[in-house]
Parts: sequence; structure tokens; C-alpha cells
Amino acid sequence: MRFVIALPFVWLVVFFLLPFALVLAIAFGTNAPDSAPPVALGVSLQNFTLLFTDDLYVAAWLSSLRIAATATVVCLLLGYPMAYAIARADPRRRPLLLMLVILPFWTSFLIRVYAWMGLLAENGILNQFLRWTGLASDPGTILGTEWAVQLGIVYAYLPFMVLPLYASLEKLDTSLLEAAADLGAKPFAAFLTVTLPLSLPGIVAGCLLVFIPAVGEFVIPDLLGGTDTLMIGKVLWDEFFTNADWPLASAVAICLLVLLVGPIALFQRQQAKSLERR
Amino acid sequence: MKDTSIVRIEGLTKRFGAVTAVDGVDLVIERGELFALLGGSGCGKTTLLRLLAGFELPDAGRIVIDSQDMTGVPPHRRPVNMMFQSYALFPHMNVAENVGYGLRREGLPKAEIALRVAAALEQVRLSDYAARRPAQLSGGQRQRVALARALVKRPKLLLLDEPLAALDRKLREGTRFELVRLQEELGLTFIMVTHDQEEAMSMAGRLAVMDLGRVVQVGTPHEVYERPRSRFVADFIGIANILPLGDSRRWLALRPEKIALCAARPDTAHAVAGRIVDAAYEGDRSLYRVAVDDGSLLSVSIANVGRTAETFRRGQSVWLGWAADAGHELEE
Repeated sequence: MRFVIALPFVWLVVFFLLPFALVLAIAFGTNAPDSAPPVALGVSLQNFTLLFTDDLYVAAWLSSLRIAATATVVCLLLGYPMAYAIARADPRRRPLLLMLVILPFWTSFLIRVYAWMGLLAENGILNQFLRWTGLASDPGTILGTEWAVQLGIVYAYLPFMVLPLYASLEKLDTSLLEAAADLGAKPFAAFLTVTLPLSLPGIVAGCLLVFIPAVGEFVIPDLLGGTDTLMIGKVLWDEFFTNADWPLASAVAICLLVLLVGPIALFQRQQAKSLERR
Repeated sequence: MKDTSIVRIEGLTKRFGAVTAVDGVDLVIERGELFALLGGSGCGKTTLLRLLAGFELPDAGRIVIDSQDMTGVPPHRRPVNMMFQSYALFPHMNVAENVGYGLRREGLPKAEIALRVAAALEQVRLSDYAARRPAQLSGGQRQRVALARALVKRPKLLLLDEPLAALDRKLREGTRFELVRLQEELGLTFIMVTHDQEEAMSMAGRLAVMDLGRVVQVGTPHEVYERPRSRFVADFIGIANILPLGDSRRWLALRPEKIALCAARPDTAHAVAGRIVDAAYEGDRSLYRVAVDDGSLLSVSIANVGRTAETFRRGQSVWLGWAADAGHELEE
């Protein structure tokens, strides 16, 4: 029994806390290109100072936050009607509709992003279609722009928005909407005063589930973005593999974590609150 | 002649797939009365109430409320309010916000809303609970919030869906009288749905007994009890002994309390001999089942007026007697 309880703690210590301690230690070290691994341990703050003074890093931070925030808003605007429609659909059809939302997960994430490259490239399916229909003879290329990154992130994270929204909308007692109508609320007023506030836990959960991973997203900006699309996840990768600067890469990772602690704490508080209400 | 009715229901029919929930109902409800729709589960009483509120659309027929045809009028524009069986209080609003919800939708000035909410809470004795959330209230308090939330709108017609079903028994008794008092004081029209015949009898001025989507009898509780039209009504409201009249297919409904139970042959228009097969002492009265010599089984109820021990036991031979006008002949 005790072993069963201890297991998750052992797991967390070995696979989370220890690696984290390593990264933390490296972040305070300095770059030593000639040794292996290329790190000289110590207590130096130079990596962190660089992150906050060098324009490149500051710009990468800001654009990551901007792209993630935009993607979150777009996911919310697309996901809410989807989740609402599924929650209001015939109960017998709901499993199928939910399956369709989750279906993309059955294919590798990487392959799906590559598919977008095929769609958005200069001679990709989208441009071929535009030329064939004559809508545009010389369409620009979306691939390699921030638009492509934005599109990719919205596509990849939409299910993470829909599922928690669905969970909170499905729980909503329809007699509350009838009561609102009975008391004189027009359908849209009933939505604003009853449905929306009662689905707030789902909105918060969905937004954080999209925003948090989107900020650190690396694969999508690397494959769909161009050289001018700066995201902190990509910077981290470059520092680690291209520049082989482990301490700086570790410092980026630590900062990313600290930055996201705020939203994560908010998420947990919201979860605790909604549990309390039940 | 001035039309005193507030609701006219004409040929109203509602089907759900193959099931006809409400089947050609005609009903007139007078202004200022407490009207009960009474019936077992699935008889169509709740569907009828939801048609009045506008949550369901009829397949045929129409509803006129206060001389206004309700066909095509959505729930939020009907001059009626409903108290839901589950109360349907908004969990994210406190008591005052719940009660004020309908007034805010009317766009009334804040000061007026505050005044009317305070008055409504006073009316249901919940003034001290204005800042509580529904989850922090007892069942009885929630019921009163739901009532205040509907009444504060000053509806022409208040619909109550099983208003007492969610309360425990003790609370139900008191609330029954309170609802009637409120209805009389405010001079409002209440339409109440209930499956509990005792509740309908004790509260309603008139009631409609429903079965299989149809209204089978309308009348005052007294009329429906003493002069049931059909076997179904006689059986559904209280206990009835159904006796054949002669050899034709005519039937007599005879209430248990109309029968006298005697040791010797009584001097009444009808008298039969029998033997007690069941005796149930219920405090205020005792209920007996007597096997009559012709083979039928009659229920007899005797008020325990005195404080002496019961005089009749199981197995005892007795006489039953009733007056010539004690029974009521059924029409169908």
C-alpha cells in the first residue's frame, strides 16, 4: 500500500524534480565549449541578464506571448460554438461529434504539421486551387509567415479548447435557460447572463490549456514559420543545438517556466473553486 | 357579458413522436382562481403547463391568455411566470440577484428593482438571506426564492410545477396554506401541476383530472370527490368502492366513509352482511376491508371519535349499511 502511494512521488522526483534541478544548475553556469558537456558550473547571473537585455530575446518573448494570446482568442471564438453545438446535439450523436474533435490525435502531430506545409507551400494545394479557380493568378505564399504559425497553432490546439468547454456546457441545466426565458430574457440575454457565466470554468481551463503550451511551442514555428517569426521555443532550440550554449538555453527554459507559473496557478485556483461549488 | 376567464385552451394537442402527450384539451380558467392540473405521471399535465409557458409548441389548437392569442409568442414575451419543480435558481447569483433577474431584463431603474426585490423577499420572509447563494439555502428557502422570483414580475398568471414535491412532509403542510394565502392576498391566478390528489383537493378552487393526455373531469374538489364522472376519477381521487347497479353496465361509486359499520343489521336503505378481512388503525380513523357475502370486497372508513379502543377486529362478522343517496352513479 505504502509503495503504491510512494510511486507517483518517486516518479515525480526522478523524472521531474531531478531533471529540473539539473537545468536550474546549468542555467547558473557558464558556457564551456571545449568540455563535455559544454558547461562550467557556478553561480553566474549572466545568462539571465542577457535574456532581459538583449533585444532578440525580449522580442522573442513578446512575440511568443502575442502569438499564443491571439491563438487562444481565436480558439475560444471557434471552439465555443463547436462545444455549444455538441453539448446541445442529440445525446446519441454526441459521442460521434466528440470523436471527430479528438480524431486528429490519432495521427502523429508532426505529420499533421507537415501536411500543413504541403497545403500552404508556394506550389501547395491551396495556391494550386487558387490558380485553378482563377481567384488569384499570383497568390502570395502563406508558408513561412506568422500567419502560417498562427494557423498551425490554432489548428493543433483547438481540441484542447473544445473539450473543457464541452464539459462545462454539457453540465448546464437547461431548465436554467427556460427560467431565464420565463423571466423575460431574450435568447442572447439568457446566453450572456446564464450560459456564459456558468461556462466560465470551461473557458478558463480551455484558454490555459491552449495558451500555456502555445507560448513554448517549437515545432509549429520551426516548420511553418519563417526566419522572421520569433518564438521563444525556437530560440531555446537554436541556443541548445545550433549554438550549443547549454547554460543560456537552460536559462530560457527556467524563464519560460516562471512565466507560466502565474497562469497555471490561476488554472488550479479555478479548478478548486469549481469543485467547491459542486 | 364580460369575459371573466384569464386562460382559454382550445383543442390543444402536443405529440412527441408517436406519443400524444396532450390530446385535444379544452379548458377555461377563471381570473383569480387557484386551479390544479391533477394526474399520474405521463398524463400530460406537465406538458400542458409547459405549453402555457411557451417552452413547447402545440401541434394543434391554441392558448389565449388575457384575450391575447399566444400562438407564436415566445416564452420571454408571455405574461406568465413559472415556478419550476427543480426551482431552477441561478447558482452563480445570490438570492437578491435571482429575484431581481426578471426586473433587470425589463430594464427597470436600479432603485425600483432594489425596492421590489426587498418587498418580494419580505413577502416570503427571506429578507435576511438576500446575500446568500442558492447552494447555502435549505430546500424550503430555495422554494421561497423561486416563488419570490416569479411573483416579483407581477405576472397575470403564475404556473407552479409540483410546487411542494421537493419539500419534506412537515414543511409541505405549512407551505400549502402559505401558497393559498399568498394567492388570495395578491388576487393572482395560479395554475398548479401536481400528482398528489390530497394536495390538489386541499389547495385548489377547481381542478382538472387528467389521464392519457385528456382532461377527464373538471370541477371543484367537492364535485370531483362526491360526483366522479368515471371509474378512473373515482379511483384516482381518494378510495372508492365500485358496485354494479343491477345487471346492466351501470356502476355506483361509494366512498368508504359513507358506509356505516355495525354489529347488528342497521336501519338504512341498503344493508349487507360481511366479515372483516383487514383492519388498519390510522389514529384519526380506522380503515377496514370487509368481505361481503356476495363475494365482493368493500372498504369502510370509520372516524375514531371517541378514545375507547377499537371495537372491530379481523375475522369479526359485521353489517354494512348506507343511505339511498350515499353513492354516485358513474357516467362511464
